[in-house]
Amino acid sequence: MSRTRTPADAAPGGPIVEVEGLLEVDGLVVDLPVAGGAVRVVDRVSFDIPPATTVGLIGESGSGKTMTANAVIGLLPDGAATGGELRWRGENLLQASPARRRRLRGHEIAMIFQDPLGALNPTQTIGRQVGEILRRAGRPRAEVRRRVLELLERAGVPEPATRMRNYPHEFSGGMRQRAMIALALAGSPALLLADEPTTALDVTVQARILRLLRSIQQDQGLAMLLVSHDLRVVAHVAHQVVVMYAGRVAERGPTAAVLAGPAHPYTRALVDSVPAVRTRTALAHPLPGTPATPSNRPAGCAFHPRCPLARERCRTEEPQVRTVAPGRWAACHFAEELLQR
Amino acid sequence: MREGMDGALLEVRDLRVTFGRRAAWRRAAGRSAEFVAVDGVSLSVAPDEIVGLVGESGSGKTTVARAIVGLVRPDSGAVLLDGGPLGPVGRRTTAQQRAAQMVFQDPRSSLSPRMTVAAIIDEAWRTHPSAAPPGDRTVALHRLLDDVGLDPSVARHRADELSGGQCQRVSIARALAVRPRLLVCDEAVSALDVSVQAQILRLLVDLRERHHLAMLFISHDLGVVHQIADRIAVMRRGVVVEEGRTTEVLGSPRHEYTRSLLDAALELSGAGSQDGEGTGGA
Repeated sequence: MSRTRTPADAAPGGPIVEVEGLLEVDGLVVDLPVAGGAVRVVDRVSFDIPPATTVGLIGESGSGKTMTANAVIGLLPDGAATGGELRWRGENLLQASPARRRRLRGHEIAMIFQDPLGALNPTQTIGRQVGEILRRAGRPRAEVRRRVLELLERAGVPEPATRMRNYPHEFSGGMRQRAMIALALAGSPALLLADEPTTALDVTVQARILRLLRSIQQDQGLAMLLVSHDLRVVAHVAHQVVVMYAGRVAERGPTAAVLAGPAHPYTRALVDSVPAVRTRTALAHPLPGTPATPSNRPAGCAFHPRCPLARERCRTEEPQVRTVAPGRWAACHFAEELLQR
Repeated sequence: MREGMDGALLEVRDLRVTFGRRAAWRRAAGRSAEFVAVDGVSLSVAPDEIVGLVGESGSGKTTVARAIVGLVRPDSGAVLLDGGPLGPVGRRTTAQQRAAQMVFQDPRSSLSPRMTVAAIIDEAWRTHPSAAPPGDRTVALHRLLDDVGLDPSVARHRADELSGGQCQRVSIARALAVRPRLLVCDEAVSALDVSVQAQILRLLVDLRERHHLAMLFISHDLGVVHQIADRIAVMRRGVVVEEGRTTEVLGSPRHEYTRSLLDAALELSGAGSQDGEGTGGA
C-alpha cells in the first residue's frame, strides 16, 4: 500500500491527513476574448490533486471543466488570459515558459481525449505514435519497440506485435482509446488528464476502459484528473470530486461522502437525476431552466435561479467556497442545512 | 406467423433491412456485398404505451426507427399502423405520414439554425395542411409552445439562439404540430445536459398522458428506459434478443446479452467502493 493517505481512505468525519499536492490549482482564472470584452470561463477555481489520487471534475456545458483541464495541460485557446496559480510540484505553470510547458507535456502531465480518432494521427501506425516520445528521447530502436509492446499490452490491446502496425482507422473505438492510453503512458507521466474518456463509447466498452484506467492508476501510483459530465463515471473512478457550475466550484470533497450527502443543492439535483438501472426509479423533479453560462452568469449565487433553496441573500451575495465539514468544501450559504438532512 | 396484435397502434412484423447492395466498390474491395442491419425484428406499440428499444451502437435500433417513419425501405417484413401496412414515405397517405413523427438525438443539427421557431412550426403545417389549425395560427402556435413548456416569446427566435433543451422542446413541438399518434424518439435526451434531461423526460411522460401519445423510446441508457418505458426490447446485431415488461426484463433478465448490458451499466449507489466491479449479474 502507498503510504500516502488520501481522503478517500479516511472515514467520513475522521482526521484528514495533509498530503502535499502534486498539482495545486489555486484561484485559477481563465478569461476568453469575445467581441467587445472577455468572458471569465473559469472563476477562482481551487482544488488539489495529491499524488496517486484520482480527482473527478464534474459539470455540464459551460461549467468550465474542460477549460480547467486545458489550463493544466497548457492548451488554452489563443488570446486566453489566466490568473491565480497552477502549482506543479510547487512551480507555477502559469509563469512557466512555453518550452518548459512543452517539456512537461507528455513527460509529466499527459492527456487523453473523448475522441481518440481526432487525437491520433491517421497517417501513422499506432506503434509509431505510441513510441514517438521515446524515439525523440533518443532511445535505441529495440528498446522503443519493446516498450511500445509493453505499453500496448498494459492498455489491453490484444496481439500488440500485430496491432502496432495498424493505423487508427483499423481500430475500433474502444481499441483506439486503449492506444491513446498507451500513448499517454509512454512518457511515464505523474498526472494523467482524461477528458470524457468514455463518453463516445458503448456501455460495455466504457466499463472496460474505466476498469483499465483504475487499475493503471493504482498500479503505477498515477494521479488522474477525470473530466466528465457523468456522475456515475466519476463515482466509479474518482477518490475526490470537484463539482463545477458556471465556471465556479460548487462543491468538492471525497467522492463517496459528496454523493451520499451533497452540501450543495446543485450536486443534490445531479445525484437525484441519476436513475438506477436494475430497479425502477421515479423521474426526478427536474431543476427549472438551463445551466447558467459564464457569459450569462446570474448575480449573487450563479445557481440561485434554479435552486429550490434560494432565498433573498442568494440573489445578491455570492457564496464563497468554504469548509462545511471536515474535508468538505461548498459554495452555498445553506450548506449546513443540506448536510443535516 | 402471428396475426396483427389486438389493439396495437404500431406493429413491426419480421422486419429485415440490408444496406450496400448496390455498392459496387464494396464488391470490388472483396467485402461482403450486403450488410444486414435489421434481421427479422418484430415488435408492437399499443396506444398510450412507451416501448423502450435498447442495445449497443450497430445493433440496428436506429434503422428500425427509420423504417417505421419511412426513411429507409425494408427488404422484407412490414410496418403496420392500426393493422394497415405502411410503405416508404413517398407512398404513405398524408394521415399515415402524420401518424408517426420522429425526435432526433441532436436538436441543434435537426433544426435549421437560421429559421425562427415560428417558421419551423409553420413549415410542418404547410407540409401537412390537414393538420394546420383552421383559425389564427399565432394562437395555435402559442398553445403548441406552451404545451412543450416554452414561452410564446421563443417563437421569434432563431434555433441557433436557443439552448439545447429549448431546441429539443422545439423539435418535440414540431413533431406534435401534425398531431401524431406515435413519437419515435431516437436518443432524444442523450445529447442534453444532465439537469435538462430530466425536464425533457418529464415532458415526454406528460405529453403521453395529455395527448394519449404512444412512444418508441430508443436509448443506450438503461436507467432512463427503466424510468419511463412500460415494455422494453433489447436488440443485438439486428435481432431482438429479449423483450417484455421493463421491470421484469431489467429486474431479472433472461438473455445473456441483457445481463451483460446490465453488468456494464454503472450504478451511482454503491459505486464509492474502489475495489468492486459493480454488483454482478443475476
